[in-house]
Amino acid sequence: MKDSQKKIAYMDHAAATPVKGPVLKAMLPYFDRDFANPSTVYDLGFQVKRVVEEQRAKVAELIGADPEEIIFTSSGAEANNLAIKGTIFSRFKKAKRIIVSAIEHHSVLNSARFFERLDYEVTFLPVDKYGLVDPERLKKTLDQDTALVSIMHGNNEVGTIEPIRELATVCREHGVPFHTDAVATIGSVEIDVHEMDVDLLSLSGPPLGAPKGIGALYFRKNTRLMPLIHGGIQERGRRGGTENVPGIVGLGKAAELAKSSMKKRAAHLTQLRDTLIANVLEKIPHAYLTGHRERRLPGHASFCIEAIEGEALIFMLSRNGIYVNTGSACASKALKTSPVLVALGIPAALAQGSVVFSLEETNTLDDIDHVMKHLPTVVERLRAMSPIWKNGAPVANMA
Amino acid sequence: MKFIENQKADDTLDLVFRMCPIHLLEPGERLEGLKRGQVLEILTDYDGALEDIPAWCAKSGQEFIGIKEDNDCYKLYIRKVK
Repeated sequence: MKDSQKKIAYMDHAAATPVKGPVLKAMLPYFDRDFANPSTVYDLGFQVKRVVEEQRAKVAELIGADPEEIIFTSSGAEANNLAIKGTIFSRFKKAKRIIVSAIEHHSVLNSARFFERLDYEVTFLPVDKYGLVDPERLKKTLDQDTALVSIMHGNNEVGTIEPIRELATVCREHGVPFHTDAVATIGSVEIDVHEMDVDLLSLSGPPLGAPKGIGALYFRKNTRLMPLIHGGIQERGRRGGTENVPGIVGLGKAAELAKSSMKKRAAHLTQLRDTLIANVLEKIPHAYLTGHRERRLPGHASFCIEAIEGEALIFMLSRNGIYVNTGSACASKALKTSPVLVALGIPAALAQGSVVFSLEETNTLDDIDHVMKHLPTVVERLRAMSPIWKNGAPVANMA
Repeated sequence: MKFIENQKADDTLDLVFRMCPIHLLEPGERLEGLKRGQVLEILTDYDGALEDIPAWCAKSGQEFIGIKEDNDCYKLYIRKVK
């Protein structure tokens, strides 16, 4: 079969997603026709400024916030950096402890570690075998010296959704600001910042079908944040730099679409996810689901397959038009055992066989069939070459 | 510069960590939501605001009441005149 005719089943949406058609269409005028700087004091600028504020309202509506509680950023990673560094610097040296879960995204983990160099103490909260943080454990860990707690809403490597409301309540009772990274859940799980009782929440464009290069941070009214990018009046002095107007328009349009289609989308993704999980566990011996079975992202299926090297599996699947990942896109290139899987207590050898399917509404049951047509064969071929697989079973059971 | 104590306010605008020229833009916006005679409290850690805000009040026809120095910021009080 020629490459051009190859069936493609792209299932790595946690790494990158295509921009949705209506989103791209909404953005295009802001590259050329409506190019003016929103900070200018003439009509061309006013019009663009008004559009920027309309998008802010749409993003706010998606998460139950007020528009003035939204800061546009360049990415989810910048939103995480601003939440953590902005909060810690705003209370600089008044409290010197930061608590994060052990399975946070690198933009959270490394922002917290940055403060270790400034004599802060960082506590990495452990998770259970499903990746869940225990609110009781957080309660016991909190003290008066805690400046911030950051625990992600959903994990993009194992799909687990954390009990954010319970965790945030513990922090509220102790007067400690609480941040959650909602990049993995935005658009597929209902988010209401007041119901969740969070002080700060990060999101990004791509999971919603907006382009790369745009994200946002929700910050509760009266939360002080030290800006990371000092500049002019943009974002009311909280984030300098001329606004990425096309990106902001894309995020606003994507948020509007997500709001109206979330239930239908989540139902579709859940059906695909459950079909894929059932098939893999039934047809691939010694394959294990990672993360929580029920409390998981609608479009997320992740496994560890024994006696398999994840990178080899990904490569061979891609030759059959199946595009998946071994873990988070930025971490998988490091060829290091995933810290997330280690935190779940998965043995290092088994963690090597990690494979993550992140689905979107464009995926179909036909894509799942395509995966199940090739995955068992590819696994069998790789195991045939593996020194730790003999006579249809692992040499030593590592699960 | 007039230092004052125990000034009550009807609304507070927190500008701490936000720099020039935000302190000259947001007070006017916030005053729009107040009635004549009501007092706006502005929190800022920007030294330049100590001169700029009284000057802005004089120029825009609002009454600058005074300043209070707090632990981590200045508190400036404006009465809405028009």
